[in-house]
Amino acid sequence: MNAFNRLLTGAAIGLAVSVTSFAALAETPANMLVIAHRIDDVTSIDPAESFEFAGSDISRNVYSRLVNLDPMDLAAGYQPDLATSWEVSEDGKTITFTMREGVTFHSGNPVRAEDAAFSLQRAVILNKTPAFILAQFGFTPENAMETIRAEGNQLIITTDKRYATSFVLNCLTATIGGIVDKETVMANEVDGDMGNTWLKTNSAGSGPYKLDSWRPNESVTLSSNPDYYGGVPAMERVIVRHVIESASQRLLLERGDIDIARNLNPEDVAGASSADGVVISDELKGRLMYLALNQKHPELSKPEVRQAFKYLVDYEGMQNSFLNGQYTIHQNFLPATYLGASEENPFTYDVEKARELLTAAGVENLEIELGVREAQERIEIAQSFQNSAAQVGITVNITVGTAKQILERYRARELDVYLGAWGPDYPDPQTNAGTFAYNPDNSDEANATGLLAWRNSWDTGGLTEKVAAAVTEGDRDTRVQMYLDIQEEFRETSPFVVMFQQIEQSGLRDNVTDWSTGQAITHAAYWQVTK
Amino acid sequence: MALAEDNNKRRPSRAPFSERAWPAVATTLKTLGSIAVTLVGLLFITFIIGRVMPIDPVLAIVGERASQSTYDAVYEQLGLDKPLIVQFLYYLWDVIHLDFGTSLLNARPVSEDIARVFPATLELATLGIIIGVTLGVPLGVLAAVRKGSWIDQVARVVALVGYSMPIFWLGLMGLLIFYGILGWVGGPGRVGIFYVDVVPSVTGLILIDAALDGNWDVFKNAFSHIILPASLLGYFSLAYISRMTRSFMLEQLSAEYITTARVKGMSEWNVVWRHAFNNIRVQLITVIALSYATLLEGSVLTEIIFSWPGIGSYITTALLSADMNAVLGGTVVVGLVFILLNIFSDLLYKVFDPRAK
Amino acid sequence: MSETQTLRQWLLTDTPSSRRHAKLSALYQGWLSFRSNTMAMIGLWILILLVLVAFAAPLIAPHDPFVQSLGNRLAPLGTEDHVLGTDSLGRDILSRLIYGARITLYIVALVALIAPVAGLLVGTVAGYVGGWTDTVLMRITDIFLAFPRLVLALAFVAALGAGIENAVLAISLTAWPPYARIARAETLTIRSSDYISAIKLQGAGPLRIITKHIWPLCISSLIVRVTLDMAGIILAAAGLGFLGLGAQPPSPEWGAMISEGRRFILDHWWVATMPGLAIFTVSLAFNLLGDGLRDVLDPKAGE
Repeated sequence: MNAFNRLLTGAAIGLAVSVTSFAALAETPANMLVIAHRIDDVTSIDPAESFEFAGSDISRNVYSRLVNLDPMDLAAGYQPDLATSWEVSEDGKTITFTMREGVTFHSGNPVRAEDAAFSLQRAVILNKTPAFILAQFGFTPENAMETIRAEGNQLIITTDKRYATSFVLNCLTATIGGIVDKETVMANEVDGDMGNTWLKTNSAGSGPYKLDSWRPNESVTLSSNPDYYGGVPAMERVIVRHVIESASQRLLLERGDIDIARNLNPEDVAGASSADGVVISDELKGRLMYLALNQKHPELSKPEVRQAFKYLVDYEGMQNSFLNGQYTIHQNFLPATYLGASEENPFTYDVEKARELLTAAGVENLEIELGVREAQERIEIAQSFQNSAAQVGITVNITVGTAKQILERYRARELDVYLGAWGPDYPDPQTNAGTFAYNPDNSDEANATGLLAWRNSWDTGGLTEKVAAAVTEGDRDTRVQMYLDIQEEFRETSPFVVMFQQIEQSGLRDNVTDWSTGQAITHAAYWQVTK
Repeated sequence: MALAEDNNKRRPSRAPFSERAWPAVATTLKTLGSIAVTLVGLLFITFIIGRVMPIDPVLAIVGERASQSTYDAVYEQLGLDKPLIVQFLYYLWDVIHLDFGTSLLNARPVSEDIARVFPATLELATLGIIIGVTLGVPLGVLAAVRKGSWIDQVARVVALVGYSMPIFWLGLMGLLIFYGILGWVGGPGRVGIFYVDVVPSVTGLILIDAALDGNWDVFKNAFSHIILPASLLGYFSLAYISRMTRSFMLEQLSAEYITTARVKGMSEWNVVWRHAFNNIRVQLITVIALSYATLLEGSVLTEIIFSWPGIGSYITTALLSADMNAVLGGTVVVGLVFILLNIFSDLLYKVFDPRAK
Repeated sequence: MSETQTLRQWLLTDTPSSRRHAKLSALYQGWLSFRSNTMAMIGLWILILLVLVAFAAPLIAPHDPFVQSLGNRLAPLGTEDHVLGTDSLGRDILSRLIYGARITLYIVALVALIAPVAGLLVGTVAGYVGGWTDTVLMRITDIFLAFPRLVLALAFVAALGAGIENAVLAISLTAWPPYARIARAETLTIRSSDYISAIKLQGAGPLRIITKHIWPLCISSLIVRVTLDMAGIILAAAGLGFLGLGAQPPSPEWGAMISEGRRFILDHWWVATMPGLAIFTVSLAFNLLGDGLRDVLDPKAGE
């Protein structure tokens, strides 16, 4: 260390001291929770339409569902919420929910079975993005009024086939299962839109919080629901403020200007964790980082090449450097903690092995385009991969674009290689199995853009049928084994190089307790938080 | 910043409108006509760019998991199945009725969004230009009066550094030093979290709203947030304004009437401020108006660095997510402001400058 | 020695023997007055250095700018073997800066070619032809001027896709209107001159007049403008790079390097600071040079 460096270090320590002393000055009010988070993905907060992360956070706290996940015990799975109990018919196709008595919406209207039926019918009829979650049970805009109905205090839903009950109920814990206030919503209907336009920016729920305001790209403000059936939340106000930069979030946190920082990068986590009054909370999330090889490409479709790519990722190197603490190595399409998730990670960074495989396939001077969206850690993974690939003579040209640009080309099957992330939609293995390993029609005309296997022109080599069988299997242990088998085959044969699973690191002021971002299966909850 | 000088250059070269026959009416009509043509052109180009952009607005709305039927419904709803020119005419029709449509992404009326974000930019640019003028003009005058002295050299260096600095980098460094390390100013954003929505929004300018409400805590907090980005913008306009002031002043000071005044024994203060400065006021106002316009339109990077919810970052975010209604609305507003400021300075010129008559 | 003396005397003569002699003489006197401007000379030297560095990049860069070393990432300033430290992927920052100079020069050179030429075309045609053509062309110029500059560039790059070439085109797109205005103004003065009337009488067509007689006269004023605009071009390019719309990774474009380094600004400030200093130095050098050039070529504007 030279003199200049010592000088700088000295200065830095001095400054750090002054920062710390300043931090003591600010503190958020005891009944208020202030969160810094990127909320620029919120496009609508209508539960029938909302699908992005930050929007789902709002929904989880504003709308109660028939069944819900307890943030204090997520492992327990779905629990009664607005439905106190449910019964499954003999043939396994009809589920009858009994509604909780005496619960009211924020408007003061009672929560009735009629509201629950309306909410689900509405989601199916509106047919917005997340509608597929309900549509997979055979609910269509045409039959929704018959298959979903209210009778007195009971809600009755009838699916087209027998499905594992856990599958159906897991799906109802998703954002789309939010129960809306029929009277309020329909009072705001415009041109037969079932209140969609109004609900995009307003709320009509019965959850622990009600929405005060949402300013796009600025803030979301919630206040507690004094009549919440589960007890009034400790935090009377929750403010989620849009802060893009990790460094800014960290400074705000160290200053005590906020209670929780949700988008800290590894460097700022390391820096913040040594600051006074800050603790870091880790939660394993469901998001997977993967590379996908387009099977339309003559070289990439060779089995040896697919295999070679799995040895060309510096898993350890990345995990221990720029992804440190925020991603863990995971090579299966089911995220850890999911039912049936495999823990096997057989691939390591092995340039020699990759070279052998490529030679065996007769591949030389391969030049491919890799598309990645403009997010720093993804660009770095892409560059690390580019570097590894160069060692076996593969030229990788990286194309960085906004999420929308890259995604569009991916969906059109145009990219050679796509580096992206996938997050599960509901807490059931089908959510990922049904997209990574399921592709009933691989033709261009099928246009099954929602299926990752289709986007990569992969016919799944027989996994499609196995996935279809697993989703209707009633026995839990058998179902687990089926998924383990599918994952094993998938690991070896698929054109997907699943690399990492996300860990969300929240920076918290040390007086915040019971914070939950919902782990791999759901979204953030605020009502159990205390300070 | 060098680009900003163009604005100055283009005024004299604009073809003067015919002023012989029925001057007032003709000029007004012509001016209005050219504003309209420019605005429509502006819209058209933005519209075309928006349509050829490889971002699919439908996908931007429905997200990547949507089924094909959901996608098709939205596609039709947006009118994307109609020919381009029809889409444009529809849009134009709405704009004439002051309806900018709703944001594709957050479902709010674009006019509402703009009413929210424009004051933020206005506040920042205004404070910036105030700083630029109060420091830049005296500096320029001083540099001209003491031409070749150390103060002239300092002024020159200050201006050159200003022209050469990447604003986003200076912003980052400023944030690091004054907020991160020293803690002298507020962080990113317009106001601290606890002060959001505390005072009623009358003008949309937080400083003024807070003052109207008599809530000086909010005022102080908002001031601590705005001062750094405003100083940055102020510095950039200072660089330009001081240089222009200096050259205007030099021109005046070398004029004969100044020599005459000096010979007559008039005090130097009077020579400089009463005579020379008086004569450059109009030119100066033009420069300031254009500099102001540049700040209003060109603070995109500053807004991004400081998480400032202004129109620059609004348009940029909208652009990158294919929210064309928002982009178009924002562009019209910025273009309109720019054109109006130009016309304003043209008018000033005509009214006050004897030579222009 | 004596030969240079004579050359010098020849150049400084009061009685030029030919048009070329007079031209060279004027050029040399300009150079002499330019040389006495210390600041401008500093600018010139920095730029010469930059060009040398760019050309000799493979020779002087201590490392390959693309080679990663995840084990040695974010090394601080003054680390052995990495004077300016390493970035997030363990790449040597100094080497990246050196290679980045090439990209900067490339962008500047291309924009400096495209924008003035486009402006010259539009401006001279508008000025010479006049009438409706003039109105239409100038209205288009106005429209482009009324655009928020960065937004126009952004929109353009967003439309065509990110990349250096598109960034160059986007910057040119925002930079041409001022040149068009200058060229038009010059054309208007030249057009009505007796000299052009004389040529017209000799039967020269408009194409010939524009290309042979008007363009050469416009070029000198354009060159001064271009030099003065260089800094602006560099800053615009860096701004696009910063927004992720310029050069694509792993290219060591300076603006993109700042953007990458801003994440570590609190703990590893040098990663973003060094490329920022590089941009600043080069654009300052262009400004110094431009200032000096203006003093020489257009003394009135400089005062």
